[in-house]
Amino acid sequence: MSTAALPDDEQMRARFGELKPPLSAQAAVIEADRCLNCFDAPCTAACPTHIDVPGFIKRIASGNLRGSALRILDANILGASCARVCPVDVLCEGACVMHRQNRKPIQIGQLQRHAMDAFWASGERVPTAAPGAHKLRVACIGGGPASLACAAELCRQGAQATVIERRELPGGLNTYGVAEYKLRAVDSVREVEMIRQLGVEFRCGVDVGSAAALEALEAEFDFIFLGLGLGAMQRLNIPGEEADGVMNALELIAAYKTGHLRELHGTVAVVGAGNTAIDAANAARRLGATTVYMVYRRGESEMSAFDFEYEHAKQESVQFLWNRLPVAIREEAHGRLLLDTVQVRQEDGKLERVPESQAEIGCDMVVPAIGQSPLTQLLEELRGIEVHDGRIVADRVTGQTGNPRYFAGGDCVNGGREVVDAVAGGKRAARAMLKSAEVAHA
Amino acid sequence: MPDIGVRNFAGKINSPNPFWLASAPPTNTGEMIMRAFDAGWGGAVWKTIGEPITNVSSRYSATDWNGQRIMGFNNIELISDRTVEQNLREMAEVKKRYPKNAVIASLMVASTREAWHEIVTRTEGAGADGLELNFGCPHGMSERGMGSAVGQVPEYAEMITAWVKEKAQTPVLVKLTPNISDIRTVARAAKRGGADGLSAINTINSITGIDLDTFVPRPNVDGKSSHGGYCGPAVKPIALNMVQQILADPEAALPLSGIGGIGMWRDAAEFLLLGCGTVQVCTAVMHYGYRIVEDMAEGLDNWMREKGFKTLGDFRGLSLNRVTEWKHLNLNYKIVARIDEQKCIGCDLCHIACWDGAHQCIHLDRVTGPVDGHVELHPIPAAKETESRTSIAETPVTRKERAAAFAPGPYPTPLERIPRVDETECVGCNLCSLVCPVDGCITMVQVDTGLKAETWDERTRGAARGAE
Repeated sequence: MSTAALPDDEQMRARFGELKPPLSAQAAVIEADRCLNCFDAPCTAACPTHIDVPGFIKRIASGNLRGSALRILDANILGASCARVCPVDVLCEGACVMHRQNRKPIQIGQLQRHAMDAFWASGERVPTAAPGAHKLRVACIGGGPASLACAAELCRQGAQATVIERRELPGGLNTYGVAEYKLRAVDSVREVEMIRQLGVEFRCGVDVGSAAALEALEAEFDFIFLGLGLGAMQRLNIPGEEADGVMNALELIAAYKTGHLRELHGTVAVVGAGNTAIDAANAARRLGATTVYMVYRRGESEMSAFDFEYEHAKQESVQFLWNRLPVAIREEAHGRLLLDTVQVRQEDGKLERVPESQAEIGCDMVVPAIGQSPLTQLLEELRGIEVHDGRIVADRVTGQTGNPRYFAGGDCVNGGREVVDAVAGGKRAARAMLKSAEVAHA
Repeated sequence: MPDIGVRNFAGKINSPNPFWLASAPPTNTGEMIMRAFDAGWGGAVWKTIGEPITNVSSRYSATDWNGQRIMGFNNIELISDRTVEQNLREMAEVKKRYPKNAVIASLMVASTREAWHEIVTRTEGAGADGLELNFGCPHGMSERGMGSAVGQVPEYAEMITAWVKEKAQTPVLVKLTPNISDIRTVARAAKRGGADGLSAINTINSITGIDLDTFVPRPNVDGKSSHGGYCGPAVKPIALNMVQQILADPEAALPLSGIGGIGMWRDAAEFLLLGCGTVQVCTAVMHYGYRIVEDMAEGLDNWMREKGFKTLGDFRGLSLNRVTEWKHLNLNYKIVARIDEQKCIGCDLCHIACWDGAHQCIHLDRVTGPVDGHVELHPIPAAKETESRTSIAETPVTRKERAAAFAPGPYPTPLERIPRVDETECVGCNLCSLVCPVDGCITMVQVDTGLKAETWDERTRGAARGAE
């Protein structure tokens, strides 16, 4: 898998150096030794993919690094990227029993990364069943974590899987949408390459945007897995949104990760206060913006970003403007923008504008980051697949949709969660498809 | 204020405290011993003096455990590689400068009466407060008919002790090797030979490990290794047992300097409680330096103050008669495990330890409802694990979900993870309380069986009488 499209220069490396440097080999063993090796460990239960956490940690302690990595990959084929991007505070590390003894939780994410890095360095491959052990053929639409996990699981069991991705590179948000200081795009692509080596076929730059295309897939494959993710970012729906200098958060992140945006200056206003908004705000600071505001229509206590993300943004000197609603964007001379805002307050759960509270924020760029809208265009084409509230309705355990040949998982089903949730969904669907095929052939 | 001074040990050895450095690398030279005395050590047993030897390199190896360095320590170093003259010249200097500290000369020479007479005379001439006969060194010297080669044959040990006693004016301690099926046999021999005291234990024959890349055991001497002497924290339980065996045997018991895994005041207090008059330390000093004696002295002093002991004699040997033969233990004494729900952190190590290593009586059924009785009535641990790993878990992404995921309950740990003890099945083995990582979470509580105390000895004698 070529990474030619991705920038690799000193300036980017300096600006987006890793937030958490890897543990040294000895630090990893010391940390691994701290793990109590709980029975039926809460960290494992909290992980959506149920990685055997004490199992892989104790293998680090014993020096069985290959076994440790395979223990991780058995449960989560994207173990390398999850080690970097998982919000461990609310997952495995949040569940660690050490908290209840006023001790620091085990650094599970860092240890997982240690095992995965060692696996990369060793050049080992993930063992798979002989190709063709299963006659099953599955197309996975969308090249993000859900499809990758689904396809990998299928190939590991000897079935055939093809990932169809609209963009030039697979990996979805792992490649294009995660802050570079957490997960570098090249590392995402390297992980996808490992999945390709399992036997997964990739068709990139292919848009399955029509009924005809879907019918063709139905003819070629036994099942179709929908790992579509969410659609484009939601618009602010305010006047002036078409101005030059307005670029949504995912566009901004993808642009700098692919080298199309290398430099910012002046003031940037990010609208929203979720995790993606914070990624965009931090990126703007690191790209050179001197002042970055986050403009949020609600208060600090209601922001959806994780606590550790909020803390990180503060450390990057991002400034927060609470209870402020953008109402218009005006273009000024020399490409400057004015973001008109008004103070709002909550009345009976509704946001009320405070009279005489207009304020304009002079800036060079406005970055809407108020969530992704669900994909609707393609879904309308999918006969027999129920869509509710913009999400594909699928069985919670199997991922099967109303159309028995279609399965789904990841953001397009759960409305937008974490990479690890997408992996879990993809894996469950793969296992259900394999089981369903076995029943059919029996 | 407690007095931790030692008076008239083995007849007439005095030291400001019971903490002595054992005969080993930390007592190699006069310069080292004087620094040790400055740091607070009460006495020092000089690195064994004899005909100078040639050592190999390397000499030490260790056993690490769970990230902790030197749980056990191993050496293949021999006795002093310095001449007798040099050692004795320095000893005289040390005694002159530090008259209040105990300087004991460890000795090892060829097994002839003349050789022993000569070294005893010369050493006492240098001012030694006592002599320690090294009948314990387990490597190298034993191949030359010295060290443990003497210590493993009671007749030799008795004979050489008697030779030494013919000349010695100062107390004679015999240092015992543990590399023998019953350490009491040599202790008795030493006593018959006239020894004034004993030192125990010397190091235990060991191979600490094998390098999995080169396949050479450690320590590696040019591609080969040799068995060494094991010491350090790992050997303390073995040492305590041997000390107890010696001191409980009237034919063997003599003033004893306890050795084996002592690294802090707590260890020292244990040896003193079994009846030792002084203790000797080596590995902990090799690990951390002479400075550890400060806490040893302070800690012992504080503990004695807390317990109301004024002198070492107030508690010496208090625990000796608390060790008995198994047949004299009360069969009708019953304890069971109790888990403190407020302290439990939910690691559930007690559950798996009880199921796989004990008697299947700690269960995870507080939510599903308690089930008491036989093992077959309970789901096995693997079923519980499978259930967790096939459940659907999602990242709590919204504030509401996070609040729900980390909502506080009546106990710090969710009830389904707090194990429950089936007291009808609990045999009171202690295992759960040993694996529990939280102090005071699992306590073993006595329950009244309604039966009066009865030992195995009493029960079988009663049965024998019944049969008559």
